[in-house]
Amino acid sequence: MGIRINVTSVFVDEQAKALAFYTERLGFLPKTDVPVGEFRWLTAVGPDEPDGTELLLEPDQHPAARAYKAALVADGIPAASFAVDDAAAAHAELTAKGVRFTQEPTVMGPVVTAILDDTCGNLIQLASPA
Amino acid sequence: MGDVYQALADPTRRLILDELTERDGQSLFELCSRLVMRHGVTSSRQAISQHLAVLEDAGLVSSRRFGRTKLHHLHTEPLREIAERWPAEPKE
Repeated sequence: MGIRINVTSVFVDEQAKALAFYTERLGFLPKTDVPVGEFRWLTAVGPDEPDGTELLLEPDQHPAARAYKAALVADGIPAASFAVDDAAAAHAELTAKGVRFTQEPTVMGPVVTAILDDTCGNLIQLASPA
Repeated sequence: MGDVYQALADPTRRLILDELTERDGQSLFELCSRLVMRHGVTSSRQAISQHLAVLEDAGLVSSRRFGRTKLHHLHTEPLREIAERWPAEPKE
């Protein structure tokens, strides 16, 4: 069957703002940008994996999506987790750029994790090997 | 105000206080992650949330919003009563 993951998504409150944050702050590259009705099929990829899994910046238009996001954020639960080379270095770099973290780099068993606010209604976890 | 001694009687609640001592101001997610990864505490998120409510009721923990995330903070003031009531050095 050859099934594989080509797209995963985060629900964002504004697509343009999300694209700016994910590319300018986090360093993803824009991939696909196609108008779909009043929204866009808008994806980004990791800079080292231009043909890798795409992150879909999906509008959180459904009321349940917003309630779901708010509940996760309240308890500090990330909507997605991304790999970085060094979570502590990424935290320092992003903090200098004005990105807000709800969890500073912390050793959690085999990984170091840190959690940031994507300004679009989600928390995002960064993880690197401990 | 809940009973501070009852709040301290549970080992998981004491671990929560240990982790907040290491870093004050943690979300429920961070506390649950620390408890499972560092202490093998596999209690549900719901159970940890209830433990936090007991600690909060005893005045040992408070929560406040950081953005839209609820962070938990440690308060050791209620523990002073213990040292004052039963001093390590006998009273003169």
